[in-house]
Amino acid sequence: MSAGVAGSGASVPARTPAHALAARRARARLGLVALVVLVVALSILALGAGAVAIPPGRVVAILRDAATGAGEVATRDALVVTGIRLPRLLMGLLVGAALAVAGALMQGLFRNPLADPGLVGVSSGAGLAAGVTIVLGERLVPASLGIDPFALLPIGAFLGGLASTLVLYAIATRNGRTSIATMLLAGIALGALAGAASGVLAYVSDDRQLRDLTFWSLGSLGGATWAKLAVIAPILLATLAATPILARALNALVLGEAEAYHLGIAVERAKAAIVVLVAAAVGASVAAAGVIGFVGIVVPHLLRLVVGPDHRVLLPASALLGAGLLVGADLVARTVVAPAELPIGIVTAAIGAPFFLWLLLRRRGLFP
Amino acid sequence: MTALIEAADVAYAVSGRTLVHPTDLTLGAGETLVIVGPNGAGKSTLLKLLTGELAPSAGRVRYGGRDIRALPAWRLAAMRAVMAQSETLAFPFTVAEVVGIGLDGVSGGARGAARDARILDALARADIVHLAARDVQTLSGGERQRAQFARALAQLEAGRAAMGDAPRGGQVLFLDEPVSSLDLGHQIALLEAARALAEDGLGVVAVLHDLNLATLYADRIVALAGGRVVAAGPPDRVVDAALLRDVFAVPLPVHRRAGSGAPFVLPERPGRG
Repeated sequence: MSAGVAGSGASVPARTPAHALAARRARARLGLVALVVLVVALSILALGAGAVAIPPGRVVAILRDAATGAGEVATRDALVVTGIRLPRLLMGLLVGAALAVAGALMQGLFRNPLADPGLVGVSSGAGLAAGVTIVLGERLVPASLGIDPFALLPIGAFLGGLASTLVLYAIATRNGRTSIATMLLAGIALGALAGAASGVLAYVSDDRQLRDLTFWSLGSLGGATWAKLAVIAPILLATLAATPILARALNALVLGEAEAYHLGIAVERAKAAIVVLVAAAVGASVAAAGVIGFVGIVVPHLLRLVVGPDHRVLLPASALLGAGLLVGADLVARTVVAPAELPIGIVTAAIGAPFFLWLLLRRRGLFP
Repeated sequence: MTALIEAADVAYAVSGRTLVHPTDLTLGAGETLVIVGPNGAGKSTLLKLLTGELAPSAGRVRYGGRDIRALPAWRLAAMRAVMAQSETLAFPFTVAEVVGIGLDGVSGGARGAARDARILDALARADIVHLAARDVQTLSGGERQRAQFARALAQLEAGRAAMGDAPRGGQVLFLDEPVSSLDLGHQIALLEAARALAEDGLGVVAVLHDLNLATLYADRIVALAGGRVVAAGPPDRVVDAALLRDVFAVPLPVHRRAGSGAPFVLPERPGRG
């Protein structure tokens, strides 16, 4: 997909500088259209694939019938598509988009293409809170209340992500100014601390809890239901809808915080907004699907090479490719070892870790 | 001459160390003010106080009579542009995109081809149209400096549009060591471009190390040493051998140009006069 976009962009003749600027805009637009096509195609594929294989044409017909309320609503295929696969697909699209956008936001904030919510402890904070809920939930919540502790998981993860972000922000901010370097280092320390605490949790948990914990830390979209989606989707949609407002500020921040201020950006307010959006996106994503790594690093970096680093294009493009990547990874996770399922975190790590290493080697000039 | 900027008793101290002692400074429309002084004299700090980047620990800075701390960032950005000492970027923006970022903070109004036209105009004035599509990460120090200059020019144009296409003037261009990486031809070209803006009524404030360039382009020179203004006035008065020896602690004999009689400095090796 990316090669096709790059090829067509380069073939536009750039006779004058004005043409060159127009060509770059056209290439960005083309990239976005190509990504939309990719996401739609992957979605139809994902709805059709599985133990009950349904051809794409029938998937589209079922969706149309479900939307209009006409025709076959209660057949077996229709139930598989709308009852099981559709909430899972939508969850995958939203979580993938949110993770990729959170990565792009964090990299812009840190002016560093290697920054990622996983790196600065936001994901580990959310993951730790989820772990606490799994292992200690039954002891902390009195049985008399009649609440299933597992239902508290999304809330716990969300609060954990938010709390670790706020602690991070408080440590790194003095006199209204945020030191990016301090934030990065404090994030690494917080991540290690959360890792240690998670280790303690694993030590005190029983066999069933240990299984849940492991499953959670590797990530999965398996638990997606319409009920869960109803809680998570509004948070993620609101986060995604708010990010384009920050595109100009992120572009200016890339030049440096002082330059961004010179250019007319309310820098401290923009930084606070970015931090809150990242916490919301990561917290809600971890709550929905556990800890899924590398999407936030791979997607924005790849897109900077294809559509350029302008955040007005990069943010929507990241949302689309992130959505596509996670749905694709989920498709692999639930088909390669069918009827069993791989945790999706294993698939994204298998794609992401080599990519990350390639990125590092490329920065050191060892690869073209 | 109307005052664009008035600084009254501005001082800046951080963790008990005073970097800028209480200073009064005004900048008039059409005036080019050059700040000179040795390393660590407080030149950049004074510039940051004037641009609003640093809040003074005492005193106040006014733009057109209004306290700078009371102006929102976007409003201030329409009134002044800053070409800071350039850093390398972490992301592969093109030169045209970086210049475009200069347009977006203030207005966001112009889009598509109109925005491109403004970008190309700024590139042309900084003599870097040929670099438009280049990745800024691959530029030389001098090319990067000219790209930053183009960005500042674009910001001034956008600011003028945002203030209802007001006549030039009322705006200020700050240049922090703008020619440090440029060859002589481009040093002169950049300062000529800045000087042309001043002739249109803008105020220009530049930090320069080259006293001869300062003398050529300044209406007024402010010499700083140890965070204090030790001399301020027209180049004729400030470029003085005794004064320069005090400020820079090396002998800097001052000569006169044949014809104009303007002063120039010809450095000598200490003790070999």
